[in-house]
Amino acid sequence: MNVCNKIPSTLILFIATTAAFAQDIAVRGERIYTAAGAVIENGVVIVRDGKIAAVGSSGEVSVPDGIDVLDAAVVTPGLIDAHTVVGMVGYLSQAGDQDYLERSAAIQPDLRAIDAYNAREPLVKWLRDFGITTIHSGHGPGETVSGQTLIAKTRGDTIADAVMEPAAMVAATIGEGAVMSGDGGRNTPGTRAKVAAMLRAELLNAQSYAEKTAAAEDDDEKEPPPRDLRMDVLAGVISGEMPLLVTANRHNDIMTALRIAEEFNINMILDGAAEAYLLLDEIKAAGVSVIVHPAMARASGERENLSFTTAAKLIEAGIPTAFQSGYEGYVPKTRVVLYEAAITLAHGVSFDQALAAITIDAAKILGIDDRVGSIEVGKDGDLALYDGDPFEYTSHAIGTIIDGVHVSATVK
Amino acid sequence: MIMNSQRPRRSLRALAGGTVMVLSLTAVIAQADPIAFTGGRVMPVTADPVDNGVLIIDDGEIIAVGSADDVRIPRGAEVIDVSGQVIVPGFVDTHSHIGEPAGGDRSSPIQPEARVLDSLNVRDAGFRRALAGGLTTVHIMSGSGHLMSGQSIYVKLREGNDVTAIAYRKADGSVDGGMKMANGTNPRRDPPFPGTRAKSAALVRQKFIAAQEYMAKVAAAEDDASKMPDRDLGMEALVEVLNGERIVHHHTHRHDDVMTVLRLQEEFGFRVVLHHVSEAHRVANEIAAANVPVSLILIDSPGGKLEAQYTDLKSAPALEQAGAKVSFHTDDYISDSRLYMRQAGLGVRAGMSPEFALRALTLAGAEMLDLDDRIGSLEPGKDADFVILSGDPTSVYTRVQETWVEGQKRFDIDDPDDRAVAEGGFGVLQPSVLTDFHGYGEGH
Repeated sequence: MNVCNKIPSTLILFIATTAAFAQDIAVRGERIYTAAGAVIENGVVIVRDGKIAAVGSSGEVSVPDGIDVLDAAVVTPGLIDAHTVVGMVGYLSQAGDQDYLERSAAIQPDLRAIDAYNAREPLVKWLRDFGITTIHSGHGPGETVSGQTLIAKTRGDTIADAVMEPAAMVAATIGEGAVMSGDGGRNTPGTRAKVAAMLRAELLNAQSYAEKTAAAEDDDEKEPPPRDLRMDVLAGVISGEMPLLVTANRHNDIMTALRIAEEFNINMILDGAAEAYLLLDEIKAAGVSVIVHPAMARASGERENLSFTTAAKLIEAGIPTAFQSGYEGYVPKTRVVLYEAAITLAHGVSFDQALAAITIDAAKILGIDDRVGSIEVGKDGDLALYDGDPFEYTSHAIGTIIDGVHVSATVK
Repeated sequence: MIMNSQRPRRSLRALAGGTVMVLSLTAVIAQADPIAFTGGRVMPVTADPVDNGVLIIDDGEIIAVGSADDVRIPRGAEVIDVSGQVIVPGFVDTHSHIGEPAGGDRSSPIQPEARVLDSLNVRDAGFRRALAGGLTTVHIMSGSGHLMSGQSIYVKLREGNDVTAIAYRKADGSVDGGMKMANGTNPRRDPPFPGTRAKSAALVRQKFIAAQEYMAKVAAAEDDASKMPDRDLGMEALVEVLNGERIVHHHTHRHDDVMTVLRLQEEFGFRVVLHHVSEAHRVANEIAAANVPVSLILIDSPGGKLEAQYTDLKSAPALEQAGAKVSFHTDDYISDSRLYMRQAGLGVRAGMSPEFALRALTLAGAEMLDLDDRIGSLEPGKDADFVILSGDPTSVYTRVQETWVEGQKRFDIDDPDDRAVAEGGFGVLQPSVLTDFHGYGEGH
């Protein structure tokens, strides 16, 4: 997934510089949920140079002298919002800063989230104060292919400070969102079949582009095709290097997505999936992960048949599942993935499952579990502190640590 | 200006023909024998919670409530054991858009003559969602895309084939409701709608002056038909507003917009409930000093539009500490009626007391609708409207088990159809129109 050749070297320098400012910090928790094993009662996490250096019970891990110490009733890995548009949209819904969706054409994979993401957008801080340390943001649903997504930490003054994956996935939509996106004219689909046809045609173009590029690399006599930014990205989708994140909610649209994934052997991740409970066997057989719609999403339009229990059914079926805040156009401007996960707890999802869906399971689906998603030695020093059950309304987030930096002490 | 001193005195005994007829019709299908709910935690709101409490209902009314030691269960009563569960009064949502309510159209910004009554679809799945959320009384209104979008309606979630069957009635038998108004960003658009806040206030002021003059003409006519002004349905509704018989329910968010409402209220003497009030935390003392109640919604994040920039959960404790009256609302579709209880949880998260939060789900809303003589608490003589919960109302783990309206079980989590409504699923929420008032046109 990591498209390393797209990261400018200055960016890497920035990340290295930031890490140097990381504090050494110890966090004591009455209960530490590591998302990598049993809960640790009266535990300690030591973070050094931005990375987790030790975790265990207070009997096993001692707090070094002189280190900053924070205390909390509950400590979890920094939370991960597996899909949002925070940072891509201004929170006051003004016309000039809603950069999650470009309406000029149906298929624009060349649009890079990194060229629009605003690390100082107030909602980034809003999420951070709840213990959300990593977000998968970028171009949202609403066009057949709306553009790229990125993965960022919820800290830093610039995208260079924040970014983990500058080009994480390509976002696509199958269903009413895509059908209604344009005017039904030459470049925008007017029916579901047309959405699929346009997407197929573009993937075929990318296949051809990739083949010609490869052929030219093998044979000096052959000319590579003219450089095409759109094709560069879709060639990554065709090769499987770049996941295609497909928003599909109705059962027939989900099936269309699965068909296309199989036809092109694409690394596909389903987004939304409001009617996934009708297709558990099919989704599982396809080996596709699901970033399920927010539990409190409104039951309207393509999501009119959504259920509070879908998350429980996906998890029960053994389908890799992560939670998200999604996209909102009005009030609330963003949901909070911690609150969304909480709702599933009253609808069949266990505490551990809900926590996994906003930590380690989300990290695996996003391909970043080598760095984040659990409290394990060597991973990024991202921690969330709470004064009680993190999911309970009446508890509070009381601290957030990212890369070893105590970035929030707000009680929220 | 002072709500309680202005409110018309009403009691069940004083209800005139129309209402009594509706009540007696209901009584016919109500249970024949008393029902006693025993073993659970009873939270009456007007009294301290009782563990191992008893609630007894008969003929659609509450006849007794208290501890098992104090309340005698009548002979022949059906006894329902609710051990481990919690009984609270039926929830009162003071601001909702379920049932496709529509008021004024695009022809003008002030349309007091438009009645939500004439638009409501009682078969909309929103009503079933509301019952699944423990709601028993809902204030349904049109949107905030007008300075005055029309007459709202208070409904009881009893069974009913038509809006008139579920509408609350006033003492004279007429349909009970308020007057929806709005200021701030949502009513602003091209003429004849206002383009600025000052113009918004000027248009409203002019209309109320016209209503004062109309009222004076009616008074001067002294029931002499020849001297009466021509009938004007909008003016008649505004006369009810000026008389204090019809409460203004006012969408308002920004602190200065709140103060504008308070000025207009003082100037014309109408009774008003402030709705949404994103910046209540900035003017909580002023609101409390004006003795004006607040119908509050707590939102997951700030923004979405300019006037909601500073929305904050801390409005809930700020208003409580200032001494203001607070109810909660769903603003359904903004938040789902099935998640209404969440408001109390979020209020407590921000520092509101659990007692005040429960009151805000129930009795405070009833008071804001002038219905507290009938609903809002578990007291003998009040309607048998209550909710059986699996746990405390402020917990995310708590689910509504049963919703009772006038002694009828209207939602039961053990009924597969009801459970489907509570949870969602394929085709279960049909027909459903989530009234979507996006943006400037019909914003909230």
